[in-house]
Amino acid sequence: MTTTNIAHPEYNYKVVRQFALTTVLWGIIGMSVGVLIAAQLIWPALNFDTPWLTFSRLRPLHTNAVIFAFGTSALFATSYYVVQRTCKVRLISDKIAAFTFWGWQAIILSAVISLPLGYTTSKEYAELEWPIDIAIAVVWIAYAYVFLGTLAIRKTSHIYVANWFYAGFIVTVAVLHIVNSQSIAVNEMKSYSIYSGAVDAMIQWWYGHNAVGFLLTAGFLGMMYYFVPKQAERPVYSYRLSVVHFWALVSLYIWAGPHHLHYTALPDWTQSVGMVMSVILFIPSWGGMINGIMTLSGAWHKLKTDPVLRFLIVSLSFYGMSTFEGPMMAIKSVNALSHYTDWTIGHVHSGALGWVAMISIGALYHLIPRLYGKTQMFDLKLVNHHFWLHTIGVVLYIVAMWISGVMQGLMWRAVNADGTLTYSFVQSLEASKPFYFVRFVGGVFIVAGMLVMAYNVYKTVRGAKPQQEEYPEAA
Amino acid sequence: MDYGTYRGVYTLILLVLFLIIVYWAYSKNRKSDFDDIAQSILEDDVNDNPRKKESSNDND
Repeated sequence: MTTTNIAHPEYNYKVVRQFALTTVLWGIIGMSVGVLIAAQLIWPALNFDTPWLTFSRLRPLHTNAVIFAFGTSALFATSYYVVQRTCKVRLISDKIAAFTFWGWQAIILSAVISLPLGYTTSKEYAELEWPIDIAIAVVWIAYAYVFLGTLAIRKTSHIYVANWFYAGFIVTVAVLHIVNSQSIAVNEMKSYSIYSGAVDAMIQWWYGHNAVGFLLTAGFLGMMYYFVPKQAERPVYSYRLSVVHFWALVSLYIWAGPHHLHYTALPDWTQSVGMVMSVILFIPSWGGMINGIMTLSGAWHKLKTDPVLRFLIVSLSFYGMSTFEGPMMAIKSVNALSHYTDWTIGHVHSGALGWVAMISIGALYHLIPRLYGKTQMFDLKLVNHHFWLHTIGVVLYIVAMWISGVMQGLMWRAVNADGTLTYSFVQSLEASKPFYFVRFVGGVFIVAGMLVMAYNVYKTVRGAKPQQEEYPEAA
Repeated sequence: MDYGTYRGVYTLILLVLFLIIVYWAYSKNRKSDFDDIAQSILEDDVNDNPRKKESSNDND
């Protein structure tokens, strides 16, 4: 069945295709769960008095699904694609690459089952219990072997900068996960952290913020450094800036975690270090954003006609926005207002839906047709519809959360002349209710956009089937 | 050396290392190499055509 008319007989695209398609699937599922829990905050009856469907259990399912199923599948797909194309060599091992795919899907499924059942370590973004943690470590080390091993056997003299970001993300996430997951098991599905008190909190947020910094930032910057130049058909604005960007980003992010623990039992000096490092982080973040956006310099007209490029460039605008907002919120006096309010939720989603999701979607729209021997998606108009659905959804979401969050912060701190609180908690909740509805509507827009994407991907992939058979089956 | 001094020296070493990276990245003789690397990901597009791949610049 093999013919000579093959685009890339030497590359393993099978695992890339698998991860690319599951990214779309998990995106829809993870975001739909998000819409459901957003609806529960307006209409509490939507948990149907079922423990499995309560907010407390579905919320970690939502975060795990969008970060580790949707986002991380996108990182697997693009990193395997980019490393092969920029190193001009096939993945070092098809078998181990296939193991990372099936292993990762098994881990996602175990999260989908165990979280609604109520198994949790109660560590945010690290809720999965110890047997799953061990599985994650094994799959992740296999991933590191495939990625770094492929870099080692490259046919080019240099390592293109996107791979530096991917490699940094893979290595750091392995360290973060293994250190933060240290625990003592008391039975097959329950464990307790080996750290205690303020140390436990610090380790957790060293992990938590670097999950943001390396998984949700460095990995996706790797995506940016490959797919923005490719889609714009221009080299990156400044390669030397990208080198400085990488070293500045990786050396600063690791210190920012304490800003999650302002005004807690954490020592004051640690809070101050976290604050200062978070503020400095603004500089490499914007250096990278400018480097990505300026890649289009002299070719701005492409934004008018190319909806895929629009996804990529607007994602960078959201990245710039949330990396300005983040350092500001890390300042202790601002944090005193913003912490524990919906402002934080808005900030996270401007990063997650604006930056992470949009750059992934843009990269997939570039990637999927090429994986199936086509030059573009089935219908570019649908890509444009998706762009607007998503953008409107994100803007509705974050604006609603800004207003609700600042209002909450102001209501909670308001005191009467005699020192008593002006508002009860329930009064602030009532004030937030209309904005929770706006958020829900924003979420519906975003999921609608993802469904449009799924249809478009289906038509692109399905039409390609006959040509697909021409490819030798990898792995 | 007490712990405070050690941390001060360590911070200084990291700062110097970072400045060396910046100096290296922005030095004149890196320019053409970096331009070639930045361009390299676009050049492999010849591979995207069904016509034979091969012969894209393997610069090793």
